Amino acid sequence: MSSLAAAGPAKAKGQGAARSGFLPYLAGKLGAALVSFLVTLVIGFVIFSLMPADPVRTLTRGRPTSEAQLTQIRLQLGLDDPIWRRFLTFVGDTLRGELGYSWQFQQSVSSLVADRLWPTLLLMGSAAALSIALGLWLGIRSGWRHGSLFDRIASGASITLWSVPTFWLGMILLVAFSVGVGPIPSLLPAGGMSDPSLPQEGWAHIVDVAKHLVLPCLTMVLVVFAQYVTVMRSSIIDEMGSPYLLTARAKGLTDDAVRRRHAVPNALLPSVTMIFMHLGILVSGAITVEAVYSWPGLGYLTYEALRIPDLPLLQGTFIVFSASVIIMNLLADVVYRFLDPRVRAQ
Amino acid sequence: MSAATHTPAALDVPRHHAFGRFCRAYAKRPAGLAGLGLLVAFGVLALAAPLFIGDDQLNVIKVDGPQLSPPVDGYPLGTDQAGRSVLLLVIWGARESLSIGLIATALTVVLGSAVGLLAGHYQGWVGKVLMHVTDWFIALPSLPLAISLSAVLGQGAASITIAIAVTSWTATARLVRAQTLAVEARPFIERAKVLGAGNTQIMIRHVLPNVMPLILVSSTLTVASAILSEATLTFLGLGDPTGVTWGSMLQAALMGGAVTAGAWWYLMPPGIAILVVVLGFTLVGRAVEHVLNPRMVTR
Repeated sequence: MSSLAAAGPAKAKGQGAARSGFLPYLAGKLGAALVSFLVTLVIGFVIFSLMPADPVRTLTRGRPTSEAQLTQIRLQLGLDDPIWRRFLTFVGDTLRGELGYSWQFQQSVSSLVADRLWPTLLLMGSAAALSIALGLWLGIRSGWRHGSLFDRIASGASITLWSVPTFWLGMILLVAFSVGVGPIPSLLPAGGMSDPSLPQEGWAHIVDVAKHLVLPCLTMVLVVFAQYVTVMRSSIIDEMGSPYLLTARAKGLTDDAVRRRHAVPNALLPSVTMIFMHLGILVSGAITVEAVYSWPGLGYLTYEALRIPDLPLLQGTFIVFSASVIIMNLLADVVYRFLDPRVRAQ
Repeated sequence: MSAATHTPAALDVPRHHAFGRFCRAYAKRPAGLAGLGLLVAFGVLALAAPLFIGDDQLNVIKVDGPQLSPPVDGYPLGTDQAGRSVLLLVIWGARESLSIGLIATALTVVLGSAVGLLAGHYQGWVGKVLMHVTDWFIALPSLPLAISLSAVLGQGAASITIAIAVTSWTATARLVRAQTLAVEARPFIERAKVLGAGNTQIMIRHVLPNVMPLILVSSTLTVASAILSEATLTFLGLGDPTGVTWGSMLQAALMGGAVTAGAWWYLMPPGIAILVVVLGFTLVGRAVEHVLNPRMVTR
């Protein structure tokens, strides 16, 4: 909450500088996003290229290697070049979409990432849609009648679920609904994205994937929706005292109509920014959920890379995750401008 | 000289009263008291653990309990794959989970406060650069960054602690900077400047004491997220492989087939322990926030 409050004024000022038109505004935001991406590359370079003591040792671990071979590998990897040249090579490769070569899969990182992108998008998209719908609905209801029993139950449930580690909730749901405990029979498949014994196309495949999707998606929704409840609830409460609501009531509108037509559209504005910023955070949540359910997405790829540790693969997923967060933030800025007439009009 | 010796005494009295008032206001918040009670209980258990848990009960080679057994006589919460009592493991796990959470928070708060103070005090290019760095770090996804850092630094408590601090200092920095700006706008800072106080003296002697209460409030909330991050990172296998933490218990459960065996007794305790401690810190943090910020009381 506090970081949101602190972000408010800074954002307003940034938009004030570029109010003249949409294109200059977009250009400014794109420029900022590019700078952030460059900074991400610098941090990625520092972590993965400068911090490991000797990548060649890790690479040849467990294999007898002669001194000449070591020198040869160092030369191939360009480890003896000056740091600035190594950095420029790294940036150039990344911008061309070459993320390196995975030690573990013996395959290029870009192709691995491309293979795993779609499952992650499916899981995240469905989880985000459900949790946004549920969170906003609960937030609006509990903010509008704050202090009521409904509010206390909804707020209590969301703060409790917020304290739950995502992966633990996933394991509990896995044991309860997939393995089956006591009276509960095994209802849903345990892991992966589809059953290899079934045909991989057509209607049966879609149903199969949907069945595999239920538990990971439910896990993410249960943990994530709490944040939307909190944000929506407090922005509804902020609008509650506004004079325009009194006017709306004085016109004789029902309580429902006042809420739907007047309070909610205004209260939605701050939530939209939060929603997009949290979509980026959702990406991180995918790592643990995919690890628990062996869901073959980017998160599971990160988990597999960790166990070795396969540094080029880890670096690749780090860059992809960071880029997706930066894109989400950029989208948030653009959508905000379309939604808020005060920013658009001038 | 007499003014100098007089001032602390004059300040002490209202501060003392303020503390008493704070305690009375806090005592009126049942959720805050419940959170405090939970934390004290866990803290005492964690500190007292070596008194009743020895190597015999934790060493995989020395234990002789039934393997992966549901709760039975002598093992009130069942056993793990090696035959260790889950109850004792959870109590022992509290030690590492709590200490990593607290140390990481201390690092986070020191780092964040230093950046926030400097950015708020030096408003020229130093402040601008520091705030840009903060914004860049906010834009980075924290879990992938923490994973990458601790994977490169190697398994263990130290690298996890560093990874948590590096990924979570930004919130404190922004908060402290905003508060520093507010404090520096007040007349007594001008007075101190006129009397010849240097930058360091203004920051340490005048601004820091006024920002401190806010830092303490935000750090209770930081502990909650640090403990969650610690559990997540050890669950992913980045912790010390020989240590017992709540996250590593859950990792062992997933890896060792306790999940596929439906061993709910092994899964529930560590997760509930994390939940209770995180909830405890969150409740305490919120209660303190409400007491110190009267505007929020109506919420």
